[in-house]
Amino acid sequence: MSPLNEEQARAYWKRNLALVVQLLVVWFVVSYGCGILLVDFLNQFRVGGYKLGFWFAQQGSIYVFVVLIFYYARKMAALDREFGVGEDD
Amino acid sequence: MELQTLTYIVVGLTFAIYIGIAFWARAGSTKDFYVAGGGIHPVQNGMATAADWMSAASFISMAGLIAFMGYGGSVFLMGWTGGYVILAMLLAPYLRKYGKFTVPEFIGDRFYSKSARAVAVVCLIICSVTYVIGQMKGVGVAFSRFLEVDYDTGLYVGMIIVFFYAVLGGMKGITYTQIAQYCVLILAYTVPAIFISLQLTGNPLPQLGLGSTMAGSDVYLLDKLDQVVTDLGFAEYTTSVRLSTLNMFAYTMSLMIGTAGLPHVIIRFFTVPKVKDARSSAGWALVFIAILYTTAPAVAGMARLNLMQTIEPEPGQYIAYEERPQWFRNWEKTGLLGFEDKNGDGLIQYTSNAETNEMVKVDNDIMVLANPEIAKLPNWVIALVAAGGLAAALSTAAGLLLAISSAISHDLIKGMIKPDISEKSELMASRIAMGFAIAGAGYLGLNPPGFAAGTVALAFGLAASSIFPALMMGIFSKGITKEGAIAGMVGGISVTLFYVFQHKGIMFIPGTAFLGDTPENWFLGIEPNAFGVVGAIVNFAVAIGVSKVTAAPPQEVQELVEHIRIPVGASEATGH
Repeated sequence: MSPLNEEQARAYWKRNLALVVQLLVVWFVVSYGCGILLVDFLNQFRVGGYKLGFWFAQQGSIYVFVVLIFYYARKMAALDREFGVGEDD
Repeated sequence: MELQTLTYIVVGLTFAIYIGIAFWARAGSTKDFYVAGGGIHPVQNGMATAADWMSAASFISMAGLIAFMGYGGSVFLMGWTGGYVILAMLLAPYLRKYGKFTVPEFIGDRFYSKSARAVAVVCLIICSVTYVIGQMKGVGVAFSRFLEVDYDTGLYVGMIIVFFYAVLGGMKGITYTQIAQYCVLILAYTVPAIFISLQLTGNPLPQLGLGSTMAGSDVYLLDKLDQVVTDLGFAEYTTSVRLSTLNMFAYTMSLMIGTAGLPHVIIRFFTVPKVKDARSSAGWALVFIAILYTTAPAVAGMARLNLMQTIEPEPGQYIAYEERPQWFRNWEKTGLLGFEDKNGDGLIQYTSNAETNEMVKVDNDIMVLANPEIAKLPNWVIALVAAGGLAAALSTAAGLLLAISSAISHDLIKGMIKPDISEKSELMASRIAMGFAIAGAGYLGLNPPGFAAGTVALAFGLAASSIFPALMMGIFSKGITKEGAIAGMVGGISVTLFYVFQHKGIMFIPGTAFLGDTPENWFLGIEPNAFGVVGAIVNFAVAIGVSKVTAAPPQEVQELVEHIRIPVGASEATGH
C-alpha cells in the first residue's frame, strides 16, 4: 500500500517530473547545445588553449553531467523526506 | 628488468587477485548470484559499474578514434557519459524500487505478458552477445600483443579466469573483481597520460595540459596540433565535424539512450540496498568513468601530435625510413602500422592525399597501446597498460555474461519453462547457464563471424531502439498496453536492423547490401551506427499509437506503476 493518498502521490510525482525536466534541459544545453549546435559560435571564445565549443564537447559537458546527477540525488532525497516516502523514515 | 618478464609479473599478479576474490566472494543464494545479495555500497557499485561499462573499446580504441577524428570524436565522449544522466533520472531508481532480478522480468510484469518478456529476452541476448564477441577478441589481442602467446591461448586463459569468478560468485564475485579491475585499468590509463602531459606541456593534469601551452614555448598545444595537421592537408583538429551536424546529433543521442538501455549496466543498479543509493550510485559511476573520459581527449590530441612530429620533425622535413624509431619497427611487425615508399626517396611522407601518402596503415588502436613507447616511458608503465587492457575487457565480458545467463536461468527457465523450480536448482541452473555463456562467447571469440567488427556499435542502436523506450514508457506512462509495448519493441528494433542491413549487407554478408554505404544513400545523411535514435522514435510512436486502440492495462498494473514511483518500501520488495 502506498503511504500517500492519491492527491499527495500526484503532487510528489509532479514535483519529481518538474525537477527532471529542468535538469534534462541543462543536460541538453551543455551537450547538444554548446557541444554541437552552437559549437561554431562558441569557438570564437577561448579558455586557455581550448576553443570554448570544443571544450564543452570534450570536457565541459562531462563535468556538468556529473554535477547534474548528484544534484538530482540530493533534491530527490529532500523531496522524499518532505513527503515522508524516504527509506529512512 | 626485461619488458616481457615484467609484463608477466604484473598481469600474473592482477590475475591472482581476481582468483583470490572469486574464492572469497562465493554466491550462496540466487539473490547473491543475480544481484550480489542486494547489499553493495553505492560508491563500490559506482566503481564496479565503471569497470563493467568501460570495455576494451573505451580503453584501447576510443582515444585512437578521437585522435583521427578530432572534434568529431566528441560523439563518443558525450554519448557514452551523457547516458548516465538519463539512466539516473529516468530508469535506475524506479527499476531498483521494483526490486526484481532482471530487465525482461520488469518488462514482463509491467506489460502483463510473457510474450513481452520473451521479446525483451531476445533483444537482450542480441545486444549482449554482439557486445561480448568484441570483449573476447580484446582479451585475445591483448594477450598476443603483450605476452607473445598466440591469440587462441590468450583467449583460453581469459575464459578460465572469468569462469572462476563468474560461475562461483555470480554477480557477487563479479562485483568485487570489477572493483579491483577498475583500479588496475584507471591506473594503467592515467599514469602514461600524466607522463606525456608533463613531457609536452609541463602540466601533470592531462585535462589541463591539453589546454596549455607547449613546454618551453608560448604556443598552445591545440593550436600547434591544428597547424601541424592542416599543413599536411588533414582537417583542422578542433573543428572537424563528423559528416554533418545532424549526424553528430543523432550519433550522440543514439549512444546516450543506448547506454541507458544496455541490460548489463542496468542490472548493476539492482545490487544497491535502496532507491536513493541507485540515484547516487549512478553519480559515482559517472565520476569514475569521467576520470578516464576526460583524460581520453588529452591522450588523443597528444598522441596525434607526437606521431606527426615524430614523422615530420620540422615542416616539410620527413624522417628517413631507415632512421625510424624502435616502436615504429615493433608495430610494423603486428601489421597495425604500414609504410610504403611510393616515390622511392627513402623518406616517410605522411599526407592526407591517398595518392602520395606513404603511411598506408595507421591503426586507431595503436594510439593508446603504443603511446608509452612513443613517449619513451619506462617498461613498468608498458606492462601496466597490458594489465589495464585485460582488466577492461574481462570486466565488461563478465558483466555481459551475467546479463545473458540470468536471462536464460531466471527469465526463460524459472519464468517460462519451469516456474516451480527450487531456489537450489535455480542457482545450479544459473551456474550452468553461465558456463555455457562463457563457452559460447569463447567459441565466437575463436571463430569471430565476419560481421563481428561492425556489431559493437550495433548493440547500442539495438538497445536504444528496443529496451530503452519500453522501460521508459513502462515507468512514465500507465497507459501503454502489452500490445503497444510489443509492437513498439519489434518495430523499433526492425527499423534499426533494416537500415543497418540495407547499407552493410543482410547479416553483414558482403554483397547483400541493396544500397551503397555512402552518405548520399543515407536517410538525411545519418550513418547506420547513428540510427538507433530513429528506431527509438519509431518505437515510441508505434507503442503510443497501438496503446490508444487496445484495451487499457489492468488495474493491478496501474498500481504497480504507482508503487515503483515512490521509494519507500524498496528493501522489502527485493527477491520474491
